[in-house]
Order: sequence, then C-alpha cells, then structure tokens
Amino acid sequence: MINNTNTTKQALENIDNELPGQGVETASSPLRVSNLAVAYHKKPVLSNVSFDVPEGQLIGILGPNGAGKSTLIKAVLGLVPKMHGEVEIFGRSYRETRRRIGYVPQRESVDWDFPTHALDVVMMGRYGHLGWFRRPGKKEKDLAAHCLEQVGMGDYMYRQISQLSGGQQQRVFLARALVQDADLYFMDEPFAGVDATTEKAIISLLEQLKRQGKTVLVVHHDLATVEEYFDHVLLLNGRLVAAGPTSEVFVEDTLQETYGGRIAMIGSRAGKGQV
Amino acid sequence: MWNWVISILSDPNTRWILLGCLLLGFSSGIIGSFTFLRRQSLMGDTLAHAALPGICIAFMLTETKSIALFLFGALIAGIVATFGISWITRFSRIKQDTAMGIVLTVFFGIGVVMLTRIQHSASGSQSGLDKYLFGQAASMVLTDVYVMGGVCLVLLVACLIWFKEFKLVSFDPGFARGMGLPVGVLEQLILLLTVIAVVAGIQAVGVVLVAALLVTPAAAARCWTDSLALMVLLAGLFGALSGAAGTIFSTFVPNLPTGPVTVLAATVLFAISTLFAPRRGLLARKLRSIQAKSTYMREEQATLQLSSTQPQTQKRGEM
Repeated sequence: MINNTNTTKQALENIDNELPGQGVETASSPLRVSNLAVAYHKKPVLSNVSFDVPEGQLIGILGPNGAGKSTLIKAVLGLVPKMHGEVEIFGRSYRETRRRIGYVPQRESVDWDFPTHALDVVMMGRYGHLGWFRRPGKKEKDLAAHCLEQVGMGDYMYRQISQLSGGQQQRVFLARALVQDADLYFMDEPFAGVDATTEKAIISLLEQLKRQGKTVLVVHHDLATVEEYFDHVLLLNGRLVAAGPTSEVFVEDTLQETYGGRIAMIGSRAGKGQV
Repeated sequence: MWNWVISILSDPNTRWILLGCLLLGFSSGIIGSFTFLRRQSLMGDTLAHAALPGICIAFMLTETKSIALFLFGALIAGIVATFGISWITRFSRIKQDTAMGIVLTVFFGIGVVMLTRIQHSASGSQSGLDKYLFGQAASMVLTDVYVMGGVCLVLLVACLIWFKEFKLVSFDPGFARGMGLPVGVLEQLILLLTVIAVVAGIQAVGVVLVAALLVTPAAAARCWTDSLALMVLLAGLFGALSGAAGTIFSTFVPNLPTGPVTVLAATVLFAISTLFAPRRGLLARKLRSIQAKSTYMREEQATLQLSSTQPQTQKRGEM
C-alpha cells in the first residue's frame, strides 16, 4: 500500500527547494513545553506541564479520558488559550514555525456532509503554503493526489466525503497532514474507530515519516500497542506524570499513577475516541 | 399573459424593483451558503430582528426618513447583536442557539416598543417605519437599486477573493487555526457580510422574513450538488429567481406583497429541490432503496435456485 517512498521524497524535496529555509535542520528540540497550564471555565485541565521532545521519533500521548491529551495539542497549536507557560517549536514561537507543523484533528470535529470531495479536502493542507489570494492549482492537485495514493486512497479522489467510511475519512485527514509537508506532526486519535487494516496502514505511514526525520506526536488510547508503536511516551493526567523513552517510562508504577485503579478498564475501552 | 408581464416590465419603476429584488436574492443566496454550512442559519434571523431597534434609534436621533441612515443603524445594531451573542456564549455556559434566541427576542422586543412609540408621535406616523416589519419592495427607487448593486458586488468580490479561506473556515475551523489562518477575523468577516446582505434585504422583505433569503436558497442548492463552488452559484441563482418571481407575481396579482411572495417562491424552489434532486432528493433516495431491495431479492432468488439445482455442492460447502 505504501511503497512509493522514493517518489514521495522527490516530491517533498521539490517543495523544499522551492521554499528555501523551510527544511533547514535546527539544533533545538522540535517541541519544548514549559510550565504549561490550560483552563476551561476557570477549571484547570492541565497544570504545570513541562517536557522536551526528541527529534525524529514517534511519541505517544497517553492518559485517561479527561486527562487533557487533546487540550495539550490544542494549546500547543494555539487553538485554546494558554493560562500560563511557554511553548517553543524548533526553538521559536508557534507563529514563526507554523508552516513546519502538520495537524490531524479528531475525525468527529468536522461535518462530513460538507459539499466537497476527498482530493479537495487534502488540498486544504496546502492553503497555508499558498497564502492569501492564491488559488490551489495543478501543483497542489498533484501533491494532494500523491498523498492520497500514499494512504491507499488513490481510487477515492473524487468521492464525496460523506460517502467514505470512518477509516477512509481518517486517511483523508492523514493525507491532508502529509501534504502540509511538515517536520512536526500532531495527530489527535488517528486510530479512533478504524479497523485493523487501516490501523496498520496508518502506523506504517507514521514509521515512514519517522524515517524521513519527522517528529510525530500521537494521542493514543490502546495501551496494548504502545510499546510496539512508540519510541517515547508522555503520560498525562491533568499534569505530566512522566515523559521519556517508552522502555523507561511505560512501566507499572507510572501507569498506576496515570490511570489509578482503572487500568484494567482502559484496555477494553480503547478506541472509543473520547478524551 | 406574457404580453402583460412585458407591459408591466416596460414600466421603469417595476424594472428597478425587479432588478433590486434580483440582486438582493443573488447576494443573499451567495453569503447564505456559508451561513448555512457553518450551521448558523438562525444567525441571519437574529441579525434581521436585531436591526429593528437600530432603524428606530436612527429615526429617533435624526427625525428624518433616510434609507441610508436606517441601514447604518441596522448595521450597528447587527454588530452589537453578534457581540452580544459571542459575549453570552463566552462568559456563561449557555450554548449559541439559546444565546441567539435571547438576543433575537430582546432586540425585537425593544424594536417593537420603539416602533409603537414612534408611530404614536406626531412626526413618526408619517415615517413609514412600520413597512420595515414585512418590507415593501414597491417603495424601492433607483438609488436603492444602486445600493443593492453595490452590496451585491461587494459580497461577490469578497466571496471570490476569500473563497478558499471561507471554505476551510466553514469545513474545519480547528485545522484552519492550526495552519495559522486568522479564523476569528474570517468568521467576523463572514458575519459582517451576512449583516450587510440582511440589512440590504430589510427594505424589500422586512425584518421578519429576510432570513429566509439567506437560508432557503442555500438549502435548496445543497440538494443539487456536492461541489461548494457550484452550490454557492446555484444558491445565488435560486435567490435571484425567487426575487424575480416575487416581484412579477406581486405586480401581476393585485394586493400581493412582494417580500412574502419572494420568500414563498424560494420555499417552492426548496420543496422541488428536496423532492426531485437527482442524488440527495427524497424521491431519488426512495427509488434507490427500492432498486437496491429488488436487486437483493433477485440475487437471493438466484442463489436459492442455484443451491436447489446443485444440492450436493451446497451441502459440501456447508460442511
């Protein structure tokens, strides 16, 4: 399904050449969060969260429902206001680096009956690069088509999005993030409500991104697959319980601290897509 | 009958009204598409009702009947109303639909109180303000048509320039913000364009009904196409058609108000669309389900026959 790595790399390199300065490697960590606190209606959802993320790794964000996993991503992206704290992306503010960021929101966050087709949704990922007043043209279309093929959706380009299955919609969102050609990706529950085939396709895509040196943060629910999928994990429960390499951090003590007594329940409820 | 229609259209006054209603329907349909897709259909209604106190205050302050001044008052009131709605939703736990309900009724209540006072005052009885409740297209003059043309041009150009931004903000505002688009500003811009369309339509259709011109053509257009660009264009055409039909019918039949007839024409278009649209229409859906059922039955029958003629293979298959 995802075997045309070479052509992808070429396409992505072409973009890099056209936009100088975009792909320049920096020594700073892709994401540094210090003392972050977020509150909805004066009730703190996250408090005192500080961590550094290593470059070029797959990072799982774990925690029980209501732990603030989505909120963390949204605060980093500036979608919800921060009460306190700093976020640095590649050593700079979010505003300066947003073109290096790709985002996959939760699938339920949009109305899939919107009048558009899969290719058009993927092209939306290029709007940030296009800037104001320029319309998506052939180049954007080709890139979008290529990314759709990468996620195995080449046959569904002109399919009305409401006619796609949940897993296919999720892949469209992934393709839209791919076409953003970012260095740092945030994915909010990409595995929610998808079947085993789609999950495999998504994870091999994530591994491909990792091989290209990209950093990917993924909100994840299924504890059974954490060790298989992620190099690094962040354990959240209103605060940061632990952050580090999976082998060191994903152990019983910290899990107990993150999930409390509910740890047995979590496995069976995985994939329900609630935070 | 056609001769009659043509003879009516030869009257320059009627021609202006026809052109004005056409332009009004077109611009409302276009911006209404985005309001409809953003699930803010009630917003147009709220803005329209909120305009009434704005018009009344404009009259009370200046004691003159000037359309431009009224529109300015309505615009200010509409902006205050949108701020009121976002203020309520931000600082309380009340959801947007309830906030719109509150703002709509409060503003309209204040408007009706003011209107009654004006009607009973010496200068006010001649003001013709009561016409703004249900609209009076016949009162349109050439300058009003220029205003409509200007409004139409502004809306059309804005939707052309920011088409991809409006599309993204309507479909996935979270992603748009993550990309760095000023989503708040774009949402306010869409709202401002909606206020302009509503305010322009008040004179012809009235505050009570003008929201129908935003919502109904867009809802009808959605039935026919899965492309946003086509939908916006179709909504504009449906709106223009409704405006034209409203004007022609009300001129043709005596004592028929233009605004309400325009709204009814839009509703007829909507009814036809939901019933007969090729893919999303009710009839097409019913036909498809009947078709699917009959194909299923036929295949089922075929397999049954097949299994009865080859009982042995079937048995082996079951084991």
